[in-house]
Amino acid sequence: MSSRPMIDRYSWWEIILIYCGIALFLFFVLSPFVEGFLVSLKPLSQLFSSPYRFWPENGSFEAYRTMWISVPGFGRYIFNSFFISIIVTAIVLCLVIPASYAFAKFEFRGMGILLGAFLTVNMFSGAVLLIPLFRLMRTMGVLNTYFAMIVPGVAFLIPSAIWLLRTYMIRIPQELNEAAYMDGASHFYTLRRVILPIAMPGIIVVAITTFIGAYAQQFIFALTFNSKTEYMPLPVGLFAYFGKQEVIWNELMAASFVGIAPAMVVIFFLQRYLVGGLTAGAVKQ
Amino acid sequence: MSAQKSAVIFAWILLLPAVLYVLAIVAYPLVDTFILSFTDASLRKVTNWVGWVNYEKIFNSTFAEVILRTFIWTFFSVALKMIIGTFGAVMLNAAVPGRSLFRLLTMPPWIVPMAIGIFMWGWMYNGQFGMISGLLQRFGLVDGPVAFLAYGSTAFWATIVTDVWIGVPLVTIYFLAAIQSIPKDLYEAAWTDGAGRWYRFRRITLPLMVPAIITMSMLSLIATFNSFDIIWILTQGGPSGETTTMIIDTYQTAIGSKKYGEGAARAVLICIFLSLFCLAYFRVTRRLNPEKRA
Repeated sequence: MSSRPMIDRYSWWEIILIYCGIALFLFFVLSPFVEGFLVSLKPLSQLFSSPYRFWPENGSFEAYRTMWISVPGFGRYIFNSFFISIIVTAIVLCLVIPASYAFAKFEFRGMGILLGAFLTVNMFSGAVLLIPLFRLMRTMGVLNTYFAMIVPGVAFLIPSAIWLLRTYMIRIPQELNEAAYMDGASHFYTLRRVILPIAMPGIIVVAITTFIGAYAQQFIFALTFNSKTEYMPLPVGLFAYFGKQEVIWNELMAASFVGIAPAMVVIFFLQRYLVGGLTAGAVKQ
Repeated sequence: MSAQKSAVIFAWILLLPAVLYVLAIVAYPLVDTFILSFTDASLRKVTNWVGWVNYEKIFNSTFAEVILRTFIWTFFSVALKMIIGTFGAVMLNAAVPGRSLFRLLTMPPWIVPMAIGIFMWGWMYNGQFGMISGLLQRFGLVDGPVAFLAYGSTAFWATIVTDVWIGVPLVTIYFLAAIQSIPKDLYEAAWTDGAGRWYRFRRITLPLMVPAIITMSMLSLIATFNSFDIIWILTQGGPSGETTTMIIDTYQTAIGSKKYGEGAARAVLICIFLSLFCLAYFRVTRRLNPEKRA
C-alpha cells in the first residue's frame, strides 16, 4: 500500500483513540508477563514485603542462576516438553497429511459424516475421558512413561490439524491431479510428488500449530498419567518450585520465562506463516 | 477395477490410520465411560453392575448446583471473550503504524503453556504481595489486602478473568480475519455517501461480523465448558467448592477419590451437554454458510 487510500486517513484524535484502545487491550494481554518478569528480578525478601512495589529495588538476574540449583531437574523438564511435543507433532503429521488429502481431493460416500465425526472429537477434551484413558494406558502398560502423554495428546490434536490442512489442500487446483493421472501416475505417486511439495507451506503451518498445542496442553495428561519426575514436562515440573513452606516465586517466574523462551523464538521467526495460515483456515470455515 | 472405484479405495486407505487412532483413543474411551457409569468401578478388583445408582447419587448431591455454576461461569467467560475479542480485532484492524507488531503481541497468552500463564495470574491474585491487590490499595480503592482466591465470589471471577485472558488471542485473530474478509468496496461506497467511521462500523463491520461471532462463540462455549487447567491450578475448585465446575468435580470424584463409576456418570452428563452444544454448532454453521457444507 504505497498511497494510502483516503478512507484510511485518521484525524489526530482518532489516532489517539485508536492507540489508547490498543494500549488498553495489550495491557490486559501482556500485564501478567510484565509482572511475571519483574517478579523474576526481585529478591524473595522484597516479594514478600508490604506495601507492594511495582519496580524491583536492587533487582538482579540472580533467580535465573539459583533456579537451576533449587530444582536440578529443570533442564530435563524443558527437554521432556520438547521431546513430547516433537514426537506428538511427527505422529500427528503422519496421520493427518494422508487423511486431509483424502478429505480434500476425493469424493466418497460418508465423507461429510466422517469429517463431522472428526470435528466432534475436538469437543471432548481429554478431561472428560480421563477415567477410561487411564485404564487404557494401564492396560497398554504405558502409565508413567512418555507414551502416557504422547498417545492421548496426539488424538486430541488430530481434528484441528485435519481441518486446517484440508482447507489448504482444497485450494490446490484439481487439474494437477488430473494431469498426473493422464500421465499414468499412481495415486500414491501423485500425493508424494505432486501434492506434498505444493502443500508444504500448509503443512508447516499445521506442524507449528500442532507443536504449540502439544507444548501448551501437556498439563492434564502429565498430571494424571505420569508420576515419574524424570518424564515430567515443563508445566507439571514447575510445581517443583512450590516448596513445603512457601512458593519460590522469583525462581518460578524465572523458570517460566526460560521455559517459554524457546517456543517464543520459534513463533517470532515463523509468525508470518502463522497469522496468514491460521486466518486462511479460519475464514474459509 | 474402475478408476472411480480405485480412487475411493485409495481415499479410505489414506484415512484409515487417522480413523483407527481416533477410534481407539477417543471413541472407545467414550463407550467405556458410558459402560463404567453403570458400575461401581474403583480401585478394588471386583466391579459390579449397579444400574442407575451413580446417576441417582449425582442428583441427590450438590451436583445440580455444580451444573448451574458451570453454566454461569461458562456464560460470562464466553461473553467476555467475545466482547474483548471484538474490541481487540477492531483496534488491531486500524491502519496505524506498528499494527503488525501489536498483532504479534496479542499472541503470547495463547502460545505460552497454559500452566505458566496461570502461575503468573496466581501471583497477581495474591492478597498480601500480588500486583492487583497492591495497586488497588495504592490507589485507595480498597482498604486492606484482597486475597482474590480465598473468597468464593472473587475466586469465581478471578478464574473467569484468567480463562478470558487465555482465550482472547485466538478469538481476536479470528475476528481480525473476519473483518479483513469484508469487501473493501462496501466501505468505499458508504464513505462516498458520506458515512462516518462509527456509522460504517455499526452498519457494515458489525453486521458482517455476526457469523464469525456466532461461530466463534459456539466453539468457545465448548472449549470453555471443558476448561480444567485454570481452575485446577488456581483454586482446585475451592474455596469450599465455589469454583467447582463439572469438569473439576468429575476429576475430583474419579481421579481424586478413585470412584471411577461415579466419576464416569458425571462425565456422561458432560458428554450429553457437549453433544447438544455440538449439534447446535453444526446447525448454526450450516445455516450461516448454506453453500459450504462441512
